[in-house]
Amino acid sequence: MKINGSEIVIECLVEQGVDVVFGYPGGAVLNIYDALYKNSHRIRHILTAHEQGAAHAADGYARATGKVGVCIATSGPGATNLVTGIATAYMDSVPVVAITGNVSTSLLGKDSFQEADIAGITAPITKHNYIVKDVKELAGTIRKAFEIARSGRPGPVLIDIPKDISAALCEFENKKVSEEKRIKPNPSEIEQACKLIRESKKPFIFAGGGVIHSDACDMLFKFAKKINAPVSCSLMGLGAFPSSEPLFTGMLGMHGTKASNMAASKCDLFIAIGTRFSDRVISDPNKFARNAKILHIDVDPAEIDKNIKTYHAVIGDIKESLIPILGGLEESENKEWLDFIFDMKEKFPIGHTHIGKLTPHQIIKTVEKYTQGDAIITTEVGQHQMWAAQYYSYKKPRTFISSGGFGTMGYGTGASMGASIGKPDTRVVHIAGDGSFRMNSNELGTMKAYNIPVIVVVVNNGTLGMVRQWQSFFYEERYSQTTLDRGPDFNMLADAYGIKNFKATTEAEFESAMKNAVLLNEPVLINAVIDIDEKVLPMVPAGRPIDELILE
Amino acid sequence: MAKHILSVLTENKAGVLSRISGLFSRRGFNIDSLAVGPTEDESVSRMTIVVDGDEYIVEQVSKQLNKLIDVIKIKRLDESETVSRELALIKVNAPAEQRSEILQIVDIFRAKIIDVSHETLTVEMTGTTEKQKAILDLLAPYGIKELVKTGLVSLQRGTNYINK
Repeated sequence: MKINGSEIVIECLVEQGVDVVFGYPGGAVLNIYDALYKNSHRIRHILTAHEQGAAHAADGYARATGKVGVCIATSGPGATNLVTGIATAYMDSVPVVAITGNVSTSLLGKDSFQEADIAGITAPITKHNYIVKDVKELAGTIRKAFEIARSGRPGPVLIDIPKDISAALCEFENKKVSEEKRIKPNPSEIEQACKLIRESKKPFIFAGGGVIHSDACDMLFKFAKKINAPVSCSLMGLGAFPSSEPLFTGMLGMHGTKASNMAASKCDLFIAIGTRFSDRVISDPNKFARNAKILHIDVDPAEIDKNIKTYHAVIGDIKESLIPILGGLEESENKEWLDFIFDMKEKFPIGHTHIGKLTPHQIIKTVEKYTQGDAIITTEVGQHQMWAAQYYSYKKPRTFISSGGFGTMGYGTGASMGASIGKPDTRVVHIAGDGSFRMNSNELGTMKAYNIPVIVVVVNNGTLGMVRQWQSFFYEERYSQTTLDRGPDFNMLADAYGIKNFKATTEAEFESAMKNAVLLNEPVLINAVIDIDEKVLPMVPAGRPIDELILE
Repeated sequence: MAKHILSVLTENKAGVLSRISGLFSRRGFNIDSLAVGPTEDESVSRMTIVVDGDEYIVEQVSKQLNKLIDVIKIKRLDESETVSRELALIKVNAPAEQRSEILQIVDIFRAKIIDVSHETLTVEMTGTTEKQKAILDLLAPYGIKELVKTGLVSLQRGTNYINK
């Protein structure tokens, strides 16, 4: 059967199980949008306000569902508007396929209208990318792109399709999607890991997003219980281990808990699983886990010894690695060690302030209460992100969705829509700072148009709070360009988009707003006003050893 | 810092070289030289990359290169088990009265004269990096007008192959 390039795109997407894409049309993708029009019963297209929103939505969809998220943009500015979204997905290893149109092959390289070398631009921020110059290679390229995006350590892949290619006719035959091959660890590496764990009296587990990607949270749970090791999660790992478990010690590093940071510094075996030792975690590499042997389990060999020198490493899929490790271990008690951990947890819980009439702690706890702790929480980047990470108790993987590695302000509004569309039966609450929210609040229009029932909580302190916090601590309160003493009035903004909204300046008002919001099956905005000087604590100043925390 | 030779098999496709050179620059690795060309299999290119750096850097370079989808195989070559050559074209100032001295030097190094003019000689020199340096030192006093080098190319000795 001969079909054109655009129809090949549709057929390949359907083949891959894609039923929704996020995008924005334009000249170079006219052919693809024509095919989308004819196939709207097979693939739903969500038209965002801006291509960046589409990229973040595809990312949020992927993080919430574990499936590959897809976004589409036209050439030139359409494609470059995806860049921040692609970089965000790259840094957090999120499987996204971005499809861009480009000018016809005869016009490539001639500074044609809306031409950009998007493959060149995105080479450093994609796992791989393609420009397709022969329609015969299109189907194979799309299939390969999906395979690359979701296999091993996932990541974004971009496919650039010139306009003549999306119009050209070609033979096409459907193919079955090849089964994912998980990377098996080397048995001798497993044996050595088991030996280290057996010898350890004070083991400490640090779980990252890799555990969630690999769908290995149950194995992590069994592993931690079997060896009675305390568990900390990275920002990306939140939800991989239930926060309510006694063994859970909270996050590690710059905004980690005292219990986690002390445990990392005192343990004799630091077991890092599916994580990459970000500088926000290790702070001072020479002082990090200084009494421990480091055992690193990860699917990406390039992460081993990159930021921290390990004692031993297991390279493989996390699930495939944890199963044999678990099999090679006896139960151990580690009572003394756990007593120390529990004592630290009890003595140094994450504090919270009482300045102002409504506090961040009250906001997050109220959100938790009215969603029974079952919501998907999305965030922007900054103080509110850390509060959402610290105070909400995550029970399950894929319920905390946040830009960790890239720290993209403006990420969350798009991501929350993607998460809600991917998980229509789960309530999505988007915790946003007012600074970040301003950046991409245009997507409120998208939420309204498709009635995406996200509850947007704008934690409104009228400042770029995290930067202000650093200015308070390290720049003698010189608040350079961080005070947002300007509009818009977020309630009026929501009104303009036709979105129901509430304003809360006290705990009672916030409680009433949340109570009402969860009853509505539509987007809602809550403008939650807090004090400008709220802080995220504990905090480790950048570059200091992580057991030197500022607690208040 | 020490020099290390990496032999890299890649897909012979447009854009591969820029992916590799981009990786070096964004991760802050220094390339001393890079030579590339197709292999006995036209769909595969082989690069010889000389990297400047310590053990940590070379390991990082290898691991990061390995992550590139277009990279098929990487091998670190041990200099003592490797034959390496580099080709240089050297245009040297050669007035009539000094011409025979220059020809003697060229002879000693088993280099070749490949172009002659009234004022210059162009020398083709193949050898290891050390040999190249030695002839350049000797020719320098006559005045080197232009110099171009291919970068090092290397193969393992004997029956060791990159795919083995």
